[in-house]
Amino acid sequence: MEQLLQQIASGLASGAIYACVALALVMIFTATEHLNFAQGEMAMFSTYLCWQLLQWGLGFWTALAIAAGLSFIIGVLIERIILRPLQGASALSVVVVFIGLLAIFHSMAGAIWSHTIKTFPSPFPEVAFAGSGIIGAHQIGMVAVTILMLSALFAFFRFTTLGLAMRAAAQNPTSARLVGVNVDWMLALGWGLAAAIGAVAGAMVAPVVYLEPNMMSSILLYGFAGALVGGISSPGGAVFGGFLVGVLENLVAYFGNLTEKMFGVYIIGNGEKLSVALIIVITILTLKPAGLFGHVITKRV
Amino acid sequence: MSTPLQKTAIAAAQAVNDLMRKGAVAVEPAPAAPAATPAMDVATDAPAMRKRSRVLIPALLVLAAGSLVLFGGKGGLISDFQYLQLSLILVYAIAVLGLNMLTGFNGQISLGHGAFFALGAYTAAVMIEHYNLNYLATLPAAAVFCFIAGYLFGLPALRLEGHYLALATFALATAVPQILKYKHIEGLTGGVQGINLIKPEAPFKLALSSDQWMYLVVLAMAALMFWLARNLLDSRPGRAIMAIRDQPLAALTMGINTAHYKATTFGISALFVGIAGALHAIIFEYVSPDSYAFSLSVAILVGAVVGGIASLPGALIGGAFVQVIDKYADAATKQLTAMVHLPIDLEPWTIYGILLITLVYVMPSGVAGGLAQLKAKWKRR
Amino acid sequence: MPIANVSRRGLSLGALGAVLGFALAAGPALAQKKYDEGATDTEIKIGQTMPYSGNASAYGKIGQTEVAVFKMINDQGGINGRKINFISLDDGYSPPKTVEMTRKLVEEDKVLFMFNQLGTPPNSAIHKYMNAKKVPQLFVATGASKWGNPKEFPWTMGWQPDYATEGAIYAKHILSTVKDAKIAVLMQNDDYGKDYYNGFKAGLGKDNEKLIVQFSTYEVTDPTVDSQMIQLKNSGANVFFNITTPKFAAQAIKKAAEIGWKPTHYLNNVSASFGAVFVPAGVEQSQGIITALYQKDVTDTQWEKSPDFVAWKEFMAKYMPNADLKDQNHAYGYEVASTLMQVLKQCGDDLTRENIMKQAASLKDYETPMLLPGIKINTSATNFYPIQSVRLARVKGNTVELFGEIMSSNN
Repeated sequence: MEQLLQQIASGLASGAIYACVALALVMIFTATEHLNFAQGEMAMFSTYLCWQLLQWGLGFWTALAIAAGLSFIIGVLIERIILRPLQGASALSVVVVFIGLLAIFHSMAGAIWSHTIKTFPSPFPEVAFAGSGIIGAHQIGMVAVTILMLSALFAFFRFTTLGLAMRAAAQNPTSARLVGVNVDWMLALGWGLAAAIGAVAGAMVAPVVYLEPNMMSSILLYGFAGALVGGISSPGGAVFGGFLVGVLENLVAYFGNLTEKMFGVYIIGNGEKLSVALIIVITILTLKPAGLFGHVITKRV
Repeated sequence: MSTPLQKTAIAAAQAVNDLMRKGAVAVEPAPAAPAATPAMDVATDAPAMRKRSRVLIPALLVLAAGSLVLFGGKGGLISDFQYLQLSLILVYAIAVLGLNMLTGFNGQISLGHGAFFALGAYTAAVMIEHYNLNYLATLPAAAVFCFIAGYLFGLPALRLEGHYLALATFALATAVPQILKYKHIEGLTGGVQGINLIKPEAPFKLALSSDQWMYLVVLAMAALMFWLARNLLDSRPGRAIMAIRDQPLAALTMGINTAHYKATTFGISALFVGIAGALHAIIFEYVSPDSYAFSLSVAILVGAVVGGIASLPGALIGGAFVQVIDKYADAATKQLTAMVHLPIDLEPWTIYGILLITLVYVMPSGVAGGLAQLKAKWKRR
Repeated sequence: MPIANVSRRGLSLGALGAVLGFALAAGPALAQKKYDEGATDTEIKIGQTMPYSGNASAYGKIGQTEVAVFKMINDQGGINGRKINFISLDDGYSPPKTVEMTRKLVEEDKVLFMFNQLGTPPNSAIHKYMNAKKVPQLFVATGASKWGNPKEFPWTMGWQPDYATEGAIYAKHILSTVKDAKIAVLMQNDDYGKDYYNGFKAGLGKDNEKLIVQFSTYEVTDPTVDSQMIQLKNSGANVFFNITTPKFAAQAIKKAAEIGWKPTHYLNNVSASFGAVFVPAGVEQSQGIITALYQKDVTDTQWEKSPDFVAWKEFMAKYMPNADLKDQNHAYGYEVASTLMQVLKQCGDDLTRENIMKQAASLKDYETPMLLPGIKINTSATNFYPIQSVRLARVKGNTVELFGEIMSSNN
């Protein structure tokens, strides 16, 4: 029983990682209707920027703020320079561009900062508290930051003119243009924001998984699954989806291990936990195609 | 208000129609397409286009066969290694063609076709290793297996669209190497160690090396697969498939059983890729989970886009691209490092990424599309 | 078998050509000089594949280091007056790519032999081919035990201690030092992990296999091993055998401390590094971890003054100025390349493939720079495992303390 609690807590902690990445994915999707496959690698690169600033002696939050700012600029530049000329291109061409970006960020990080893993400090104090054997201080901090980011985003989209304009630009560019929204810049802004969120996500993830060029490549799939199961157009849903995937995965492994112990038969275990979790996610999606919290889009001919 | 999905569908349809007008693809316009879409414009000269394309690919293949006859025999002008390269180009071309059937002609995105490639490869390997089957006999088996797997996997595709389908296929590609290692089928798949095969020799005491013989086999298979693809797309079901891509809702109202066609297309697409996988396994005499990592799915997708979506010649170009790009990126990186003194040690993926983006930038409709556009421009002059 | 025929004819013709060409050029010395394709009076051509791209590109550093070592050798005048022409190509850790690039190197570039190719799956894919072609597959960069099988595969040789032997050594140590051992194992689910685990089980023996109370695996694509660590702790084990690569090793050590699990911890050699594991995981949490070593850890302060280490650092500063000095791969590449230089020196002017294998199989008490004191390379016609011995060591403070005898497999 204690193990079950620990597994759920650990799943929530991993879930926070996936939720962060899912949030960044949703951000770009809301702004541009694209799923950015380079999102993970961009976040990893931003984390290296932050690490470099820390090496130069800056404080954690200052370094993170600067890194997030730099990432914002990089995101905007990518949209303006690389994606803007491809506005008319097919969705698939854009996917290939994302693959290209992924390769560039991955290899450049390796070339600049080498492939040996690096420690990334946690900004949260290591304090012992009741239940600290079950969930660490950093894990709690990570969950808090994720929820904080989510609320900020929610407020931004809900209550600010800029946020409203961004949503309008993504959902109906023609009408948005007619009411005076600068649609082009809204897209770039979305990219910038996503990149900045990615930087924060990376800085939260790195203390747990260690910083190296492969840091995000496996997490992206989980984030992707989280974003979709929650509903790709809904930030809250994405965060929930991230947690769901994290917990689900651990439970699959836990019950698999339990059945092996009790009946002596190996059915599923750690090797299959990702596959099984994904099957569950896809099943949910076939039952509820728009995700748990997504809006069903009504088609008109 | 048009939905995002419709927007992408229409954008894709327009890109394809542009392509068709330029003569790169010879497909008949979708019968269900309403008059408003540009598809109707090409209706008049479509038959002529079709004729040209009907000549083009066989001609290419005859040329490829000719090269073997001309320089063939042991100690010929082309080395065994170059035959291997040619075989691989064709193998990847079949795989890209398979993805093209799905993505280009049916409008569904798949990031997981490496999984079917692996399934085809393992089908061949397991049958040769455990059931002593002739390697040629494994090809139909791989085809059947992959078709069934593809069809079954395609069934959820009835409900999943666009990005959700992308996730499902992404997941499939990631899961396959793990499934191959699954404890209870280790006896069959060889687990993490994989299976070592024996290279097939030329039959009937032909004076051909193993590579030359395999090249002939692959060439014959490629010709067959391209011919099949052409005829399929030209048939009534083929037109239905494309109608689903161009106007899903209209196709549905026209009485096309969208769900059935989509799943079938997925199956056919998997069949093509599976055959490519089986050939690949036979050529390399070895299968292992590491051979079919996610990067393989990415490579097939990149090949399809770079070659030209919804284009049969594009599949050949895509196959060649998949085969040569890694070497090019590696060599270019070394040259650059030798020429310029950089403060960091460049890695091949940087060049690869830059190349991909540049290609999409210069030829957004793929190399086949790009060439066709150039040709059209030249004619107008 | 057409392939063998072609190659044999190609070989003899090449040798003939070399001999003839040489007869014109050098006359009297003819008797001693023998070449296969890839070797001439001025050059020795060597091939390699490495994962320079993709997710395993961290290991590409080994290839880069070897390129640099051969550059240094060439700057110093080469080996017996011949320059080394080292062609190292990218295979992205994909076995089919390895086959393709190896065939290119052997058939097109006509290298004399292949050297230190990385990874068990890639090397497995070319194992048969190399032996059919009779081209040496020398000092492969993997610790699988199948590389030392001269009877069946006389053209393939490993270099580092094999994983299975190392696993068995830990098992023996556990049996002799830990009372009532209850063992938990964390294993990377691939060929490397399996090799260690099988060797470990063999070392325990059939009767003691039941001492393993929990066996958990992880995939390289897993973000963390947290969930596995919780499983292991809850099994009530008091011994932990940790078969993980550096990133996961560091995660495991850290997580064990976080959840308050303090077993006797055995960590495989693959991750025994201060720079890559103990420092990131926290030196405090790493205290007492037992591992088996054969080379000097570049991040362990106790070697800082040893002449080998100083020479290595000078080499790095001159030939790899951009490199990360905490990366053990640079030392590894340096050592293997040094071993190869020794083999080529022994070959003298007889640069046939047969002689390369013969000389590689007659290394006597050779000490590569950066090997631990007391560890020597020995090979023979029946022993294709160059490094067979390791020393057990324990993390203590900022360094690892060697203890006990030099251990090697008795079989």
